[in-house]
Amino acid sequence: MKMNRKKAVGVLITLLSIVLGVVWLTPLIWLVGTALTETSFHMTFLPTTPFTLDNIKYVWNAVPFGQYYLNTIILVVGTFCIQFVTSTLAAYSLAFYKFKGQALVFIVIFMQIIIPNDVLIIPNFMTLSELGLYDTKLGVMLPFLGSAMAIFLLRQHFKTVPKALGEAAMIDGANLWQTIWRVYMPCAKPAYMSFAVISVSYHWNNYLWPLIVTKSPTNRTLTVGLAIFAKSKEANMQWSNVCAATLIIIAPLLLAFFILQRQFMDSFVSAGVKE
Amino acid sequence: MKQKMTKRARRETAIGWALLLPALLFMCVFTVYPVVRSIVLSLMKYKMGMDAPEFIGFANFTRLFGSSTFWKVMRNTVSFALMTVIPSMVIGLVLAMLVNRKGRHIGFIRTAYFYPSVMPMIAIASVWMFIYMAKNGLLDQMLMSLGLAPMDVLSNKATVLPAMAVMYVWRESGYLMVFFLSGLQSINSDVLEAAAIDGATGWKTFRHITLPLLAPTTLFISTIAFTNCFKLADHVIIMTEGAPNNASTLLLYYIYQQGFTNMNYGVSSALTVIMLVILLIVSVPRFFSQDRKIHYA
Repeated sequence: MKMNRKKAVGVLITLLSIVLGVVWLTPLIWLVGTALTETSFHMTFLPTTPFTLDNIKYVWNAVPFGQYYLNTIILVVGTFCIQFVTSTLAAYSLAFYKFKGQALVFIVIFMQIIIPNDVLIIPNFMTLSELGLYDTKLGVMLPFLGSAMAIFLLRQHFKTVPKALGEAAMIDGANLWQTIWRVYMPCAKPAYMSFAVISVSYHWNNYLWPLIVTKSPTNRTLTVGLAIFAKSKEANMQWSNVCAATLIIIAPLLLAFFILQRQFMDSFVSAGVKE
Repeated sequence: MKQKMTKRARRETAIGWALLLPALLFMCVFTVYPVVRSIVLSLMKYKMGMDAPEFIGFANFTRLFGSSTFWKVMRNTVSFALMTVIPSMVIGLVLAMLVNRKGRHIGFIRTAYFYPSVMPMIAIASVWMFIYMAKNGLLDQMLMSLGLAPMDVLSNKATVLPAMAVMYVWRESGYLMVFFLSGLQSINSDVLEAAAIDGATGWKTFRHITLPLLAPTTLFISTIAFTNCFKLADHVIIMTEGAPNNASTLLLYYIYQQGFTNMNYGVSSALTVIMLVILLIVSVPRFFSQDRKIHYA
């Protein structure tokens, strides 16, 4: 009797979780359905018109999405590569060196963790203009090149590596770089994966900062391009086109997420903070 | 011997700082300096067309505190936070409990709850625009097919914030779910088994064991949830630009507007300072968190 009740509760939970899952997926299903079918003048949850790629083609030609893709990839990859170097060095320093003034560094790191970059748009915009970097790709990247989240994450992992390993490498004649590269980085692979996932998804999706500091199509990101299109006259009321444009910009990250779902979710937890 | 030690210590200090330098430089220029600069500029009169800022004490603040728009924005920001943070935490916890099991379909369901977190806010806002659009939108179509009047939620000052809150709760719940999930999984199963042997079931176990053990996680999650919510502006830019009559203007959007539309850097810096104070307040749990370890590693 008790067993039956337990089973019934289990079935109920499964059912509820599936129903909620469908509710959660509704906007995405509608988005994909609308983007990939002929324009309809009546909005329905499931598409009623035939499949077509015309919306995607139209939007791709109406907006320089090719250029925006290239810009976004350059920004995302560039930001990550520089963060990779700066954070590795800083994390190694904070994990193994003891020196005066370290407490101050932790205060700076802590500051960045509690203050999201988005709220500092006004002063950072001024600094960027004064540096003459307004409307440049470097300008879009600059505020993110020292990442407290990455430093914290890597430092925690470096500290778990047995000291003997690093010392053995040093005794074998490896210099500082070689030791970090051959001993510590391989050991901290999961931390680097998490950091990559967080950094790439943050910068792929970031909007406010690129909106403020870019003005020419050669520097605009996908998100800024989508926003301009969604608010333009030719997009007005044309939901199939806006959906097609949205699909174009979210597809790569969403696909990566569906393939590596566990890795993505674990990364967000282990970072604990969105940059 | 002693001299050798100090020499070594000096070398250690030099290398330590050298390795830190690149990251620290960027953090100082784009996190520390802008905070200081906002505080300084908040005490200045500084608008477009002025050559140099002019010291005016707390005049920016007193002017803001005397403005009804400012208080409207603050009311919007606080009520949006209350409308989103608590519901998304409760739903996040419920979702986490629903998927805290093993099974072939569980991975798929977790994905369904979490995917909005990997979509940019502006993509979410442009899709939800069509749900909320007047008459032709999904919501109004549904209401009309039920014989009810269309609501046009985004044009009505009473419904615009709740409509945005629903959208944001949908996005944020799945994000918070993964933190609750890791909290639930770190609860020792022995404790739960012991409770089961003692005859505790369902609600009782949840109320007296799971919930208290989740308390530190919950406190930490509330910090994340509040911080995320206060730094929102993207969806306002896409959906309403603050309309109708500032009913949907949130603090960060107001900062953006004062800085880039009105070109009033003094006032927008004062607003930034107010934002920083709010962020500091919601981060208080981080300072007192006893087991910081599970949160960061």
